[in-house]
Amino acid sequence: MDWLYILMPISGCTVFWPGLIILGLGVGIIGGFFGMGGAWMVTPGLNILGFPMAFAIGTDVAHMAGKSLISTMRHGRFGNVDYKLGLTMLVGTVVGVEIGAQIVMQLERLGSVDQVVRWLYVVLLILLAWMVFHDIGVRRKKEREAAARGEALGEQETGIDWATRLHAIKIPPMVHFHQAGIYCSAWLPILVSFLTGVLAGILGIGGGLIRMPALVYLVGCPTHIAVGTDLFEVAISGLYGAATYTLKGRTELVAALVMLVGAAVGAQIGAVATKYIKGYGIRFAFGLAVLGCLCSVVLKLIQPYFPSHASFINGVATVVVLGFVTGISAYIALKMINGAREELAEKRRAAGN
Amino acid sequence: MTKLRKISIWLVGCFATLMMFAPSAALAAKKAAANVVIVADTRKLDGLMLWWAQMYNDSHLYFMILTILIIPVTGCIFGCLADLVMNHIGIDLKHRKAAE
Repeated sequence: MDWLYILMPISGCTVFWPGLIILGLGVGIIGGFFGMGGAWMVTPGLNILGFPMAFAIGTDVAHMAGKSLISTMRHGRFGNVDYKLGLTMLVGTVVGVEIGAQIVMQLERLGSVDQVVRWLYVVLLILLAWMVFHDIGVRRKKEREAAARGEALGEQETGIDWATRLHAIKIPPMVHFHQAGIYCSAWLPILVSFLTGVLAGILGIGGGLIRMPALVYLVGCPTHIAVGTDLFEVAISGLYGAATYTLKGRTELVAALVMLVGAAVGAQIGAVATKYIKGYGIRFAFGLAVLGCLCSVVLKLIQPYFPSHASFINGVATVVVLGFVTGISAYIALKMINGAREELAEKRRAAGN
Repeated sequence: MTKLRKISIWLVGCFATLMMFAPSAALAAKKAAANVVIVADTRKLDGLMLWWAQMYNDSHLYFMILTILIIPVTGCIFGCLADLVMNHIGIDLKHRKAAE
């Protein structure tokens, strides 16, 4: 079975290549659906497949640039990308990612960066999960209250609404982002993208995991536009991140290309699935995915404290990550297939009449 | 506005604390590393893989330039191929209903 393994030319590790394609397919679906690179699944996934953490981050960033480009092309045709907003945010993102990457290099010189990156992951994931489920809870409460009044909640109505307060801060220049339907100070998306960029640079991710909810909750984008715009951002900032990590010698291009084979198919499935699911459906699935990621990272973190059970915990972490990637991507793929089937049946009925 | 200011102060405080403690956390995590030099081991490689690894050892700059050219080009090629397949299904790939 040696043909199932490939020797990576730079890192020197031997990797199970079908695992790379499956990982690429899964995160392609998830990334195209949630509007992110999926580093939070790929980095631990690559680490589990045998890559050292530094190479896992660089390889992941390189692969996500290509994959997000594919998803952006598809979302752009649905009108889900606000290019003006994306380009405005790019300024803050690039500066933020560079500062974050410099912080990581400093930490690496001091000692092990793995533990710090993983603890940061944990804090961030807890905050994100809380925010998403709190929002869903508030919207459900609003739905119940509207139902009690005998009314139906508006289709664009959201749960928590921090964005309206932030839009009220009118620091010039004020900008109208037509596709997203937002009128706010240009500094709002720049500041949000800078902060998310710094975090993304430290974690070695494209930033979609943080920026997608930031676009929804802080900038005030509708969910679908946030997904598309974020992918546009991830594609460009991912390319920049890939350049930074590659210059530092931390990218395994062969692995990134193998992953892209699966990701190309997955990204299309994920992007098309957003056509059949409402915004809050995307938000709920996003919350579940964040919880799955949290479990896997915590399992990795506790491993050094239980050295005698390390292999068992490692096995459980693998099962959790792959289980969540499989479960969520299967759910999204099924939604896409069912939606497409219904649409085609509708078309046939219309043609018959 | 007061609530917003409190949230902003809290966020800035968290960020500052993080930046302050991250280096000490890294120091505490493990013994300080010596100067890190990464060299690809070319002994087991041949053909294209050998050329790729040698380029990595020779110049990270050329290695970076080629990587950032190959990634988007491959992405576009794979994306267009997957697009062709999707178009054959027959669903509307240009419109969607906007709803939260």
